[in-house]
Amino acid sequence: MTETETTDGVQRRGLLKCMAWAGTGMVWTMAGGVPRSGLIGTAEAAAVPNAFSFVQISDSHLGFNKAANPDPTVTLQDALTQVSALAKPPAFMIHTGDITHLSKPAQFDTAQQLMAATRLAIHTVPGEHDILEEDGKSYLNRFGKGTTGDGWYSFDAGGVHFIGLVNVVDLQANGLGNLGQAQIDWLQRDVQPLSASTPIVVFAHVPLWTVYADWGWGTGDSAQALAHLKRFGSVTVLNGHIHQTMQKVEGHVAFHTARSTAFPQPAPGMANGPGPLAVPAGELRQHLGITQVSLVSIKAPLAIVDTPLGA
Amino acid sequence: MMRMGQPGGIARRGLLRAAAGAGAALLFARRGMAAETEIVIDNFTFAPDRLVVKAGTTVTWVNHDDMPHSIVCAALGFHSHALDSDEQLSTRFDRPGRYDYICGLHPHMHGTVVVEA
Repeated sequence: MTETETTDGVQRRGLLKCMAWAGTGMVWTMAGGVPRSGLIGTAEAAAVPNAFSFVQISDSHLGFNKAANPDPTVTLQDALTQVSALAKPPAFMIHTGDITHLSKPAQFDTAQQLMAATRLAIHTVPGEHDILEEDGKSYLNRFGKGTTGDGWYSFDAGGVHFIGLVNVVDLQANGLGNLGQAQIDWLQRDVQPLSASTPIVVFAHVPLWTVYADWGWGTGDSAQALAHLKRFGSVTVLNGHIHQTMQKVEGHVAFHTARSTAFPQPAPGMANGPGPLAVPAGELRQHLGITQVSLVSIKAPLAIVDTPLGA
Repeated sequence: MMRMGQPGGIARRGLLRAAAGAGAALLFARRGMAAETEIVIDNFTFAPDRLVVKAGTTVTWVNHDDMPHSIVCAALGFHSHALDSDEQLSTRFDRPGRYDYICGLHPHMHGTVVVEA
């Protein structure tokens, strides 16, 4: 795959990088392959009050209890309260994995109860922390109904085709996330009947683009999967895993990672390792958050708004 | 084949906790008894990442991280359970050879145990 090759491409990427690293809430939209950014509070989200939208949360890590966040149940609850208070009610919620920290039944049960209280339909994909028990069955028994293989599936809503992929199973010595040939073949068959004008949203736990290979922040065979989406005019890829917002545009594909609801992780290469980042307790909620994604127009890519849990 | 401590292939051995602070030191209990040594997991790395032992040595991994890690070794055909913070697991290497392994959650973490006759 190649970077977007427009004359202003470098400048634009530079700007987006700055926005991503600034990290606070922003509106991020794409129109005709040209990304535009603006801070929350601009008219962007409010301009299309009836637009189809959904919300993404990620990396709630229920069961974690170390210094970076002694009780992620509380911050997940805060995130869900924020979801319920959104001015534009979302059609449903996706969770991009690491629902639990250790795949324990009690951790899954708490997450399910808290998420159910939003009365939103929930669509999930597992993170590597969700498949530690019973070969992933403790996840699949709860969230795997109607899925294929290790839990991948697709569905249609609001004129958008949604695809949930699993890239945390059978990880290899290349150090990266892994989809596997069976899932990639399934993806090819899944999108085959779709018109190229159908907006596509792909969601998976580990980024489907290489954020930082040294810490395993990428997916080894993602290029094979994305090749099957090349003909589509609007592809939005939503991931978690890295506990911070990052984004990138390649051709018609917009990649975006969400904040965690539990604890931040360091920016790539800015620490000796990718472990939980302990910040002063009063600042934790600045680093956690939710993401709302809106379909502005059937012909345009989706608008993404990240909102931290606290200022 | 390796001798498995439990059907799952990995034995948690509380008795080795006493050795947790000993780093990679080789501990010989008695002449003729099996040797024991330790690999520490800290900051998403195995230390030492390359360990050379004599056949019959019991190797213990201790997780000192805030995050769980596991041991996946294709050459041995095993995939351990996840070790939460301060948990450990042990296994005995009886057959000479080179055993590369990774963490099943964070496969950029690599280690090797070389077993000499």
